Amino acid sequence: MPLTLLKYGLKRDHVPHREIPATPDLKRNYDVVIVGGGGHGLAAAHYLSKYHGISKVAVLEKGYLAGGNTARNTTTIRSNYITNQSIRFYKEAVSLYENMSHELNFNVMFSQRGQLTLAHSEATLRSFHLRAEMGKHHGTRISVVDPAQVKEICPHLNMDEGGQHEVVGGLWHEDGGTARHDAVAWGYAAQAARRGVEIHQRTEVLGFDKVGDRVSSIRTSRGTVSVGHVIQAAGGANQHVAKMAGIDMPIRSFPLQAMVTQPLKPFLDTLVSSANLHTYLVQSSRGEIVIGGGSDPYQLISTRSTLDIKEQLAHGALQLFPFLHNVKLLRQWAGITDMTPDYTPIMGASPLRNYWLDCGWGTWGFKATPVAGKYMADTIANERVADILLPFSLDRFEKLALINEMGATAASH
Amino acid sequence: MIPRLPVPYGTRINRSETLTFRFEGKTFRGLAGDSLASALVASGQWLISRSFKYHRPRSVLTMAGQDANTLVQVAGEPNVLADVHPLREGLEATAQNVNGSLDNDRDALLDRLGRFMPVGFYYRTFFGPGKNSWLRLWEPLIRRKAGLGKVDVAAPRARYEKQNRFYEVLVVGGGPAGMSAAIEAAAAGARVLLVDENPELGGSLTYARFDDKPEAIAQSLRDLRRQVEAHAGIDVLTSAIANGWYADNWVPVISGNRLLKVRAKEVILCTGSLDQPIPFRNNDLPGILLGSAAQRLMRHYAVKPGRRAVVFAGNRDGYRVALDLIAAGVEVAAVVDPRSTQQHASLAEDLAAKGVRIIMNATVVEAAGTAGNKHLKAARIASAGSGTSEWIDCDLLSVSCAYTPTYQLALQAGAKLSYDDGAAQFALSSIPAHLTLAGSVAGNFSLPSVLAAGRKAGALAAKTLGLPGRDIDMPKDDERGVSSFELPLVGHPKGRDFVDFDEDLQIKDIVDAVRTGYSELELVKRFSTVGMGPSQGRHSALATARIVAHATERKVADIGVTTSRPPFGPEKLGLLAGIQQSRYRHTSVHHRHIDAGAKMTPVGAWWRPLYYGDEKARDAAIVDEVNLVRQRVGMLDVSTLGKIELRGPDAGVLLDRFCTMNYAKQPIGRVRYCLTLNEMGSVIDDGVAFRIAQDHYYVTATTGGVDRIYADMCWHNVQWGLDVDIHNVTGGFAAFNLTGPLARQVLQATGGMDVSSEALPFLGGRVGRVANCPVRIMRIGYSGELSFELHTPQSYGEALWDALIDAGKPLGLRPYGLEASRILRLEKGHIIIGQDTDAVSTADELGMEWALAMKKPFFIGKRSIELLRRLPAKRRLVGFELPASLQDKPDEACLILQGDAAVGHVTSTCLSPTLGKWIGLAFVPADLAEQAKAVTIKTRKGTQLQARIVSPHFFDPENKRQDV
Repeated sequence: MPLTLLKYGLKRDHVPHREIPATPDLKRNYDVVIVGGGGHGLAAAHYLSKYHGISKVAVLEKGYLAGGNTARNTTTIRSNYITNQSIRFYKEAVSLYENMSHELNFNVMFSQRGQLTLAHSEATLRSFHLRAEMGKHHGTRISVVDPAQVKEICPHLNMDEGGQHEVVGGLWHEDGGTARHDAVAWGYAAQAARRGVEIHQRTEVLGFDKVGDRVSSIRTSRGTVSVGHVIQAAGGANQHVAKMAGIDMPIRSFPLQAMVTQPLKPFLDTLVSSANLHTYLVQSSRGEIVIGGGSDPYQLISTRSTLDIKEQLAHGALQLFPFLHNVKLLRQWAGITDMTPDYTPIMGASPLRNYWLDCGWGTWGFKATPVAGKYMADTIANERVADILLPFSLDRFEKLALINEMGATAASH
Repeated sequence: MIPRLPVPYGTRINRSETLTFRFEGKTFRGLAGDSLASALVASGQWLISRSFKYHRPRSVLTMAGQDANTLVQVAGEPNVLADVHPLREGLEATAQNVNGSLDNDRDALLDRLGRFMPVGFYYRTFFGPGKNSWLRLWEPLIRRKAGLGKVDVAAPRARYEKQNRFYEVLVVGGGPAGMSAAIEAAAAGARVLLVDENPELGGSLTYARFDDKPEAIAQSLRDLRRQVEAHAGIDVLTSAIANGWYADNWVPVISGNRLLKVRAKEVILCTGSLDQPIPFRNNDLPGILLGSAAQRLMRHYAVKPGRRAVVFAGNRDGYRVALDLIAAGVEVAAVVDPRSTQQHASLAEDLAAKGVRIIMNATVVEAAGTAGNKHLKAARIASAGSGTSEWIDCDLLSVSCAYTPTYQLALQAGAKLSYDDGAAQFALSSIPAHLTLAGSVAGNFSLPSVLAAGRKAGALAAKTLGLPGRDIDMPKDDERGVSSFELPLVGHPKGRDFVDFDEDLQIKDIVDAVRTGYSELELVKRFSTVGMGPSQGRHSALATARIVAHATERKVADIGVTTSRPPFGPEKLGLLAGIQQSRYRHTSVHHRHIDAGAKMTPVGAWWRPLYYGDEKARDAAIVDEVNLVRQRVGMLDVSTLGKIELRGPDAGVLLDRFCTMNYAKQPIGRVRYCLTLNEMGSVIDDGVAFRIAQDHYYVTATTGGVDRIYADMCWHNVQWGLDVDIHNVTGGFAAFNLTGPLARQVLQATGGMDVSSEALPFLGGRVGRVANCPVRIMRIGYSGELSFELHTPQSYGEALWDALIDAGKPLGLRPYGLEASRILRLEKGHIIIGQDTDAVSTADELGMEWALAMKKPFFIGKRSIELLRRLPAKRRLVGFELPASLQDKPDEACLILQGDAAVGHVTSTCLSPTLGKWIGLAFVPADLAEQAKAVTIKTRKGTQLQARIVSPHFFDPENKRQDV
């Protein structure tokens, strides 16, 4: 038994350490205000306070701590992208996850059990080859596997030989995995709070006051604060917040739904995903099967659940694992994704000189949490966009210098 | 078998039919109509499951399928609710989540280690000592303990069905309120569906005790059932559960293996309320159950729930349960009432007359179990007044204290939950339109108010529908029979006072979650996992809200409950998936391909021939097919191509804006290439447009792209206010591409319209007949040879195919497949959308500047092209070639290197049978495309090849062969 637990068990009247402080009163000014208390915002706060000595920081969260997409995503972590820029970025994310529990002294349960993406057609297999070639070139653990290897990695999978969805191969990404999503945010929050960062829950941003091309102060539901720098990391509300700051962004919001079954004894060790079926499955450490897919087909700012998406996800899941038919669903839920035209985030500078963007995370934000936080902090500390973030700048849309990650994102997350 | 109680107990069972079944390897007997759990309890087998975390013994709690304590494995099906699962002859059930057996679960040791596991303990530890310790050491250990039931990976598919149903009124819940509502709405002329999850209508009337005489209650039940059955306007579904609420009153109802998707104009929720347990030490012992569960065991199954009972009565129903127990021959040792003054005087008198001791101002603080905690042995009652406590021996402790409205569907529909401090229970408000609540879910507990509320809701729904609903008066508020008392939250210093049975969470876990900083309710849930188990917080939400309210010094109303999400009850994935059939499409000559020995492959929903011949001789067969087309004549089934009819005065305008070339000016009888871009200028699809008449175009699109193109065209037609009829006729036409130097001879031999180069020149189109089949012929092809694409209504497809094959046989005509087609097109440098393009490739990059009519005032993507042309070009799709004799071969997706950097990739490549060398297309940086003579290709094996950059028009670059 680990020592920490032993100490707890032998101590009477245990009073737990308060790792998330109660929301304090707002100060009049902060060096940095982070709009959005999700994983990204909290990670940035952690890196600012721990590595750059900047701790006069307020994280403003409209709802409860990390209650947006950090709480709602299905926790996939991977780096099997297509473009040089993305692979480099997400590869660092994976390596930061590998050390995150130790970095935060908080078990985020990064479970690197590998991600298997299935091809049901030659065309898909061709795109897998490109991802594998690019990934190998950058030193990630990735390869195209044949049906026999697919069967070996995922023994209970329906190969549908001769059928409409015959598995003709797969993309095996050994670096892929999952982490406990809430823990990632809480770990960052606890660390940042220890170094003096203030976390303001139930604090809504209502507007920005500007002087020239700078934000001078932020009006919130709990008062106005003046500010040195602003990071916008507001997840599903990014479009709305940017608008308040007077920034036009090519972001469209779509709901993204997922569902989870009752707990079952583990039978599925890897993440399994099929873009053709718009379905992926992963079994959590509680034994529940988390099932997700692509975004809803139309734009909407709502976290309602729909029946048709649930039916589609079930259809896809049973195509891959027909024996799950009598497994029962526990819950379905939804988040709001802020999608960009090229399925790639928007990070770095904005038209306002002290206003920095960490937006456009669509369906792929969780996996980037540490790396986005690290380099957003770096950007603020140096008042200069970090090199690794440069390709993701907002002005790429004006130049039509898009980063094509559509194929590698779709339903794989 | 222990004798059952006499009639009229046991309304669900058939005493003359005995069923034999097995549980945990032991043989038991029960009766037809029993649930698995009622039969087990009737046989003295109280122990049914072990809890999720601490492996504590558990038994029935609600007897209503609302808790996780009775989850068992029935054959290959995990997580079956034994308290409602119908018993069947030969049923095989086992316990879940036990190490060893249910009786001797070695993991019960975890219960003793519980004190070392504070809430959220796993976040504090299990990640050391090494970097990989979680993955390599701890997670595998924890994973082994995860989960409840086992899936049978060899389980065969089962059949599930779906059905759409439409009603004017859907009534959820067939208790007194629901039946009254249905009767009232139907009487006004509405078509009603009445759904109840129990096997019979009646709800609480079938098990609860009311203040009227039992005979009067029985008579009310019979009357209500008779009226429901007599009314032709009411459809009744019992053993069916309305499992969620979705926008616009769309309610999935599970009835056996069928999912009914019910759309109703009005929904009336008579979902009742849920009896709540109370936390005290060892409140989870078998033998401790809810008052309503004790009543259900007796009334439904004639099972006597114990010999000696302590009854906790925080409300009127507790007193009634005590009377029921006595009537069934159970000794009631004490009634424990937490209130300081007696509020049910007449019930108390009845009990006193039977010699029952009533302890006021007292509560249960602790329970003790038999060896291994397998059953309740005694309960410790503490008196708030005197501060003393006493142990009372008992084998049954029934708890009646508080109810929560069954609010799930109402909350999903957008209602708000508040807390009524006076009534000590949650109350629903802000009920959305076309939804009405009646019965105890709306706070009515006395039978007269329940019946009146039901009738009123039914009448109201009818009125909203424009039907003549009656005016119904409700009894006064003080006659609603408020029935809850604030849950006593008696935390025990030694814990095991469970708030959430599914997750083994105790009062201190909730308190500690708050104290650790996770004080928002959603965070309490996420940190402690309260409410996340199979029963989804039905019995923990109220206690949690109260504990959090207390710990944060806020009001219960401000805490509320976590977001209610569908489904309400367990929902099998099979029900949602429905009949699991692939939605495939066959062309009209699919069987001809099979007869000809084709290797078929799915392309989206379609099946297409890849090549004809034996799999072992695959490569030779493909080369033969290529040579056939280049030298003689072949035929490709292109029926899967997207086909769209555009008719109307603005058809040309629509095409002009939608695609990149000039279509309004296109002469009738001509065929023109169609390239479609998105707003970013990226190529998204291609095809051709055949102008059949002034206001009629026949447009093709790619097999995979047509649905999107059709949808986009429809959208733009409306957006631009154009007058065009658009029809997707993809499935309506069969299409064959006849190609090769002898193609015209085949057509002439087949007989029909004039296909001479004068009558039908290259890029011409004509409507006529071939082999007596109506056809649209276009002089287009992908292969670069003389080509005719014949489109015919799909019912003629087979006749046309056969006629062409017969006529062409002497000329050597054979069908060819997709593989040969891909080689033929690559030899000509034609791109495949999706293979040689990606989401951001532009026409300029693809070398298709010729297809852009930039003089047009507008087409989708034009603005972006203009913008991009002002910026330096980024990349270019180029042709490359390599000698046939290579150690290592280029492949699709191989990288193009410049130094160490990956700067592009191969999109298509093949060893050309016609040219005798490797050819291919690749994206390379624009400067490289212009300056370099060769590029470096990194093969999949990692070797580097130097490929010569050449024109992508590898074969017949002057296009002499197709224009003859």
